[in-house]
Amino acid sequence: MDQTRLITLENVSKEYDGTFVLNDIDLYIRKNEFLTLLGPSGCGKTTTLRIIGGFEYPTTGKVIFDGKDITNDPPYKRRVNTVFQKYALFPHLNVFENIAFGLKIAKKSKEAIAAKVDKTLELLNLRGFDKRAVDSLSGGQQQRVAIARAVVNEPEVLLLDEPLAALDLKLRKDMQLELKRMQQALGITFIFVTHDQEEALTMSDTVVVMKSGYIQQIGTPKHIYDEPQNAYVANFIGESNIIRGVMVKDELVHFCGADFNCVDFGFKKNEAVDVLIRPEDVYIVGTDIGQLIGTVRSVLFKGVHYEMIIQAGGFDWKVHSTTMAPVGSRAGLSVVPFNIHVMHVEDETVITQEDRT
Amino acid sequence: MSSLNMPQWGVWLFALGLGGAIIFLGMSIRRHHGVHRSLFSWPYSLWIAVFTVVPLFLVAFYAFTDKAGQLTLENFANFWDSNREMKQQLIAMGYDPIVMGMGERGTVNVDTLVYSLWMALMCTGICFVIGYPAALFISEREFKLGPTLIVLFIIPMWMNFLLRTVAWMTLLEDNGLINTLLQRMGLGRVRLMYNSQAVLLGMVYNYLPFMVFPVYNALSRQDYKLSEAAMDLGADKWRTFSRVTFPLSLPGIVSGITMVFMPSVTTFFIPRALGGGNTEMFGDLIERTFLTADNWNVGSALSLIMMLLILLSMGLLRKVDPEGEGGSLL
Repeated sequence: MDQTRLITLENVSKEYDGTFVLNDIDLYIRKNEFLTLLGPSGCGKTTTLRIIGGFEYPTTGKVIFDGKDITNDPPYKRRVNTVFQKYALFPHLNVFENIAFGLKIAKKSKEAIAAKVDKTLELLNLRGFDKRAVDSLSGGQQQRVAIARAVVNEPEVLLLDEPLAALDLKLRKDMQLELKRMQQALGITFIFVTHDQEEALTMSDTVVVMKSGYIQQIGTPKHIYDEPQNAYVANFIGESNIIRGVMVKDELVHFCGADFNCVDFGFKKNEAVDVLIRPEDVYIVGTDIGQLIGTVRSVLFKGVHYEMIIQAGGFDWKVHSTTMAPVGSRAGLSVVPFNIHVMHVEDETVITQEDRT
Repeated sequence: MSSLNMPQWGVWLFALGLGGAIIFLGMSIRRHHGVHRSLFSWPYSLWIAVFTVVPLFLVAFYAFTDKAGQLTLENFANFWDSNREMKQQLIAMGYDPIVMGMGERGTVNVDTLVYSLWMALMCTGICFVIGYPAALFISEREFKLGPTLIVLFIIPMWMNFLLRTVAWMTLLEDNGLINTLLQRMGLGRVRLMYNSQAVLLGMVYNYLPFMVFPVYNALSRQDYKLSEAAMDLGADKWRTFSRVTFPLSLPGIVSGITMVFMPSVTTFFIPRALGGGNTEMFGDLIERTFLTADNWNVGSALSLIMMLLILLSMGLLRKVDPEGEGGSLL
């Protein structure tokens, strides 16, 4: 990937009526990167996006775009365009006029506008909709118009504020793929805001996990999933078993009344830690060779696998497995060292782990 | 209760209403499942029928008949030529109206109508020019005092409009508050009242809230994300206003114009109070024709002409904004 830093946020904080919704955010976005701000509502992801878009000004800190300080520039002076959460299409204009809005403001010629809008309609499968009133369109179509209205201006950066949240599941999946395809085809930097972890993992080059105005972790989807910084990130991304344990020494961790070999090191001796084991990494084995022995509490058939709750070592283990153990039966559990991930106990204000490709 | 001093028919009406309400209530309680919803609209429908529809027909009836109840268009001819009746009397008495210097058409009525329309247009225009920016300012999202200001706009309306107009008299009179102040400051007295400007001032003062409220409503209901979207697409503040905010407030403007223009054309009392009788408007003319000249037929004709004009202007507004609240009156 192009390593040029297109946008940089330096120590950005935002305060509303005495409370900080963003705390010292440091973040850079590279050219052509698909970067996702991920977190629950109120984590500051939308505020971050609005600061980049120019709709909010940071209380402290700077926004650098292409080497230039744009912290106090109004939105209309920025080379970014936004796809708003509820689309914010102009109800008094039809589809064509909505899409042409930015081009008309930029005083492009009539022919150029028509040509560009046509091309964009084509790109977003909106052919034949140009004369329609926007409120006569379905949610998915409105969504496309909102995207078309932004990308037709050929911005360097496209900001997307939960653009898929209002769509139903099937449509959302299609749009995910389509957005990704479009981002690669157009060569535009995407900054995407969502609370949907699956969406973040599928589409992004880089995921930024946020919580209460702090960045928790920045990394590739795989990195965030495999090596979450803390229990919060682990819980937020995918399903997980998180067990409080003690790091006995390098590569040996103690939890659920047993010692486990692992691959983590660099912790203090006997430091209290959070241990993460993904449900699909817990193997069901015979009671004779299991590292832990437990009782099956519940079984749900999920199609691809069984989802079981197995009580072992004083903990209810979430287990995803293609082999099923019946409810009430005894089962042995086994985890390979590579699948045990040891984390420092969560401290939301100390975050530095960053690993991008 | 003798101190209430209600007129006889008032007591009857009250009793009728109360009785109706009791019967109505009893019926709905007794069989609240079987009650048709349309039943609830009866009291109001009855009210409208008795006090609006019937009088309207009466107005039409009077307008097209003479004192003897014969069908005639004379009342409208009298509107066109206010000297017509006098001329006919002169002829009947054997005089020649032209020799008597009465040959010309009497233009008082038509002039008054034109003047009223002109004043109403001016009033609506001024209310828009003052009211729109005010509403825009109050509806600003960052402006926290907005609701308070709206209440301040409403408070004067708790007072009767006659009282409000009389209050202006005490301010503008030759010996009024403003002139007293001016004299104290050594600037001398100025004639502030008894002219069209004073009447216009009174009208604007009374009708301004009717412009501000609908426009404020339309503006504050607008999704702020729409102006953000416009700015995002490169529109500066002015173009965001002219291309998004303003067009989307059109329904509010239309209903504001309607709500100011209609009462403006029919304004009465204000011209008499602040214009000192020099600037009669159509509303006063109608009132005078009914009460002073005691001519119900011509008065009804005048009323009918005014109603037609109002309907016409509403129709025009409807052309501008088909979904607007004002136009839907038709």
